Order: sequence, then C-alpha cells, then structure tokens
Amino acid sequence: MERTPKIVIEHLNFTYDDGTESLLDVSSTIYANEITVIFGPAGGGKSTLLRVINRLNDLAAGKSMTGRVLLDGQDIYAKEVDVTALRRKVGIVFAQPQPLPLSLRANIEYGPRLAGVRDKQKLDQLVEQSLTQAALWDEVKDRLNDSGYALSGGQQQRLCLARVLALEPEVILMDEPMSGLDPLSTAKIEDSMQQLKQLYTIVIAPHNIQQAARVADNAAFFLQGRLIEEGTGKQLFTKPKDKRTEDYIMGRFG
Amino acid sequence: MSRFAIQRLGIGFLVLVTIAVIVPIVLVVGTIVVQGLAAINGEFLFSAPRNGMREGGIWPAIVGTFWLTIGTAIFSVPLGVAIAIYLSEYARDNRFTRMIRLAIINLAGVPSIVYGLFGLGLFVLALGFGSSILAGSLTLSIMTLPVIISTAEEALRSVPQSFRTVSISLGGTKWQTIRKVVLPNALPGIITGVILGLERAAGETAPILFTVAAFYLPTLPDSLLDKSMALPYHLFVISTQVPGMPLQLQFGTALVLMAFVLSMTLIATIIRSYYRRKRVW
Ligand SMILES: Nc1ncnc2c1ncn2[C@@H]1O[C@H](COP(=O)(O)OP(=O)(O)OP(=O)(O)O)[C@@H](O)[C@H]1O
Ligand SMILES: [Mg+2]
Repeated sequence: MERTPKIVIEHLNFTYDDGTESLLDVSSTIYANEITVIFGPAGGGKSTLLRVINRLNDLAAGKSMTGRVLLDGQDIYAKEVDVTALRRKVGIVFAQPQPLPLSLRANIEYGPRLAGVRDKQKLDQLVEQSLTQAALWDEVKDRLNDSGYALSGGQQQRLCLARVLALEPEVILMDEPMSGLDPLSTAKIEDSMQQLKQLYTIVIAPHNIQQAARVADNAAFFLQGRLIEEGTGKQLFTKPKDKRTEDYIMGRFG
Repeated sequence: MSRFAIQRLGIGFLVLVTIAVIVPIVLVVGTIVVQGLAAINGEFLFSAPRNGMREGGIWPAIVGTFWLTIGTAIFSVPLGVAIAIYLSEYARDNRFTRMIRLAIINLAGVPSIVYGLFGLGLFVLALGFGSSILAGSLTLSIMTLPVIISTAEEALRSVPQSFRTVSISLGGTKWQTIRKVVLPNALPGIITGVILGLERAAGETAPILFTVAAFYLPTLPDSLLDKSMALPYHLFVISTQVPGMPLQLQFGTALVLMAFVLSMTLIATIIRSYYRRKRVW
C-alpha cells in the first residue's frame, strides 16, 4: 500500500525557559492511517514532541523553538494558521484521565460546541459515535448525565479518547494513555486503536516497551531529545540497527 | 511534673483561652438580641423616625443601607472580578503585577476613615456628586475592591490547571476556556468573597460619614444623587449624638444591622458548603 505522509517534522529544536533542551534537531515523517510509536526512556522528549505537534506547547512561557512541522504540507507554525482549528484537527489524550467537571455528555459535546456545533441531532450523533469508537458506549449509554468523575479510571480515559474523537480530528496524539490503567481497559483501548487507524493517524507514546511493540506500525526511538532511530515496528523491535536502541529494548538501560 | 500532667495543663489552658474568646462574643450578641428584640415591631422597622429620632422607626436607614449595598455591588463586583481574571489568567508574573498585588494587599489594610476622606475629596467634591448614594457607593466600592479581587483571584487560581489545558487542547480559545471552565468552577469562591466584601461595606460607618449619610432625613431617597440615612451611621448618631435617646431603640437598630450582616455571612456559608459537597475535584 502506498504510504501518505501526514506530518513532516524538519530539524526541530525545542528548549524550555529553564534552558532544558528537550528536542535536538529532530526530523521525521509520520504517515497517515498508521500507528506511530514514539518511545524511549523518561525525559527523552516524547511529551514535548506531541505537544509541539498540536501547538499545546504555545502555553509554555519562555520556550524557544526552531525548525518546521508540516501537516498535510502546511506549516502549522505559520502566522496565518488558526491554532484552535489546528488543535481540533490534531487531538491529544493525556496520561492522566482528565474529565472536565461536567456530565459525560457535556464532556463529549464540549469541543464540538466550542467549534460552533449547536444542532442537537448532530451533537447526539457525535456523542454516540465517539463513545462507540472509544468502546465505552455500552457501559455508559444509560447514564450520560452522570458526572465524568463517576467513572472508573479506565472508563474516564476512554471518555477522554471519545472527547477527542468527537472533534472529528485527523490526527490523534496519545501521551502514555494507558499508564494508570488495568490490563482489560488497556486491551479495550488497544483494540479500538486498530479500528481507529483506518480513519485517523495515531501517534502514541506508550508507557512500556511491550505495548510499543504490540501496537506499532512505525516506531521512533528517542534518547535525551534526539531521534536515534526510526523504522517499521517490526524492524525496530526485532532487528534494531543502533546499539542504543537495542540496549533499551533488551532492557539494558533506561 | 509528669508528661501527662503537662499535657493536661496545656489542654486546660487552651480551653480557658477559648472560653475567654467566646464569652464576650456571646455576651455582646446575647445582650443585643435580648434587648433589641423588645424594640422590634412593625412600626420600628417600617416607619420613619420622629421627634428628633427618639420615636418612630428606622425604615429610611434600612432602605439607605440596602441601596448602598446594591450600589457597591454594581460598581465593585464586575470590576473586581475582571481585575481578578486579568491577574490570574492573563498577567505575567513580573515586577509590574507584583506591584499591583502588593498595592491590593495594602489597600485592604487602609483604615476605613481614609476611604471616607478619599471619597469626600474625589466623588463628593472633585466630581461634584455631592453627598449622595452615588458617592457613598463608589467610596464603599473602592474599599471593597481589594477584598473582592484577592478572594476572586484565589478562587480562580484554585481551579486545577489541567482543566485549562484540556479545554485549550479541545480547541478552546483562552476566553472560551475562562468562561466555560474556569469561571464556573471558581464561582462559589467568588460569590463567597463578594458577599464577605459587601458585608463589610454594609457595616462600615466611616466611609459613608462624609459621602452619603444624612444625620436625620425621614424621607426615602428617590435618586442616586440623594443623601440617605444608613444603619451604621444611624446607630452611631442615636448612640452618641442624641441626648435622651431611649436605649431600646439603640439596641433595636444594632440588632437589625447585625441581622443584616449576619444573614449575608449565612448565605455565603450555605453557598460555599453546597458547592463544596457538589464539587468533584
Ligand atoms: N514545562 C517544562 N519546563 C521545563 N522543562 C520541561 C518541561 N516539560 C518537560 N521538560 C523537560 O524536557 C525534557 C523532556 O521532557 P518530556 O516530558 O518531553 O519527556 P518524555 O519523553 O515525555 O518523558 P516521560 O517518559 O517521563 O514522560 C525533560 O528533561 C524534562 O525535564
Ligand atoms: Mg512524557
């Protein structure tokens, strides 16, 4: 199958205001309708990269950044870019499930409403569709008016995934989305990811190597802000070319 | 002495201190309630004072304090909350904003008579509002603003940062995020601060002394530029300035003022505990 580049990262450098160089000359391509895994030891810059891709790091005061990030060939840091529209196109799921203090339904409708969707039918349809895609619909369809906090941690995380899906995004970023979850919830989310990649481009920073190897179509190994090696999941996790990648995968450091 | 004995001594001391604090409060409040209740009746509450205030009621003072409180709320709440939003959500932490915060903290400690004189100079004389409800409300607003700003800012800051990040990540603008997530979750704290600030305004005498209060004015105000009687000033006047004043009327007035202020505290407490129980984060 022909692979379509979705996101192209060119010579990206990112430094926080305290001088931490979190990304150093990173260049990479993320392909559409694939699951791209970003992995590596703590502090490698995984979260920073994800937050750069949807410009959430605009919020970090005093950061400095050079290089380019292209989405469908468009520079997302260009002046004329509508940042809120970009964030709807590139949704993110965080490590900690973070429902807003609203009902389940309102959590999911939050993004679309901000985008100006008012039609009740459309909203209902988005709620059902996104909860179904996130494998949560059957568990909550009778209690949509309950608080988002009335759910278990695993359900909350799927709610957060559904909330992103309701934006009808093109890219979904997931930053260690399974870190606090039980194996069953993890399995459910991994299953839905396999469905979701038909429709979306997924970039995930998994919280362990096993998961990285399980879900990766494509993988990139980050060490201290540098992209060390990238390749297909199969190649990287079975025959890594770089010694440092191999050491990390074999559990020799990190 | 054994450790046990020392501990009992310590506890005994604490109990004593507590009693020493509570007893005067109970005595003061108790006296006012018992003595004041005897004065309270329909005529006292709803009629104007007569015969040099030695007879009749306190209705004009109640109405005056009511309008002053409303006026103060109208001027100080929107402005105070707007400043708090600016400080908590927009302002960078730099020398300028630190200076503003310092000024606000210091303003809260300025004696109320100073606000009164400031109001006299600015609103009554320079701006030409005269001694009026308008000038009084503005003066009380300036006194109340620091309280509202600091409690509202604290309430805004206590909303978890993650809510803001989530809202922004879902395509919210900064303002949408403030309006839909930050403000609603800070509202109980803001309301509490507003009520406590207004309560202080309602009970103050010095700021209204030169800016609004009429010594003896049995008619009700009918415009913002009218003078008016007000409960705290009325109480001051009948307690110290009018010879031969029946004690009962003084206690009655004190009770009404206290009830006015305490009921505001009660409302603030109810709002706070209601939302605290509902809060999920
Ligand atoms: N807001 C921030 N301000 C300053 N430095 C930061 C900030 N966020 C991250 N860093 C630093 O940037 C570097 C990369 O952090 P990042 O969170 O991107 O790594 P990560 O690969 O996601 O790590 P982890 O596996 O622990 O999540 C680290 O050295 C970290 O300390
Ligand atoms: Mg991280």
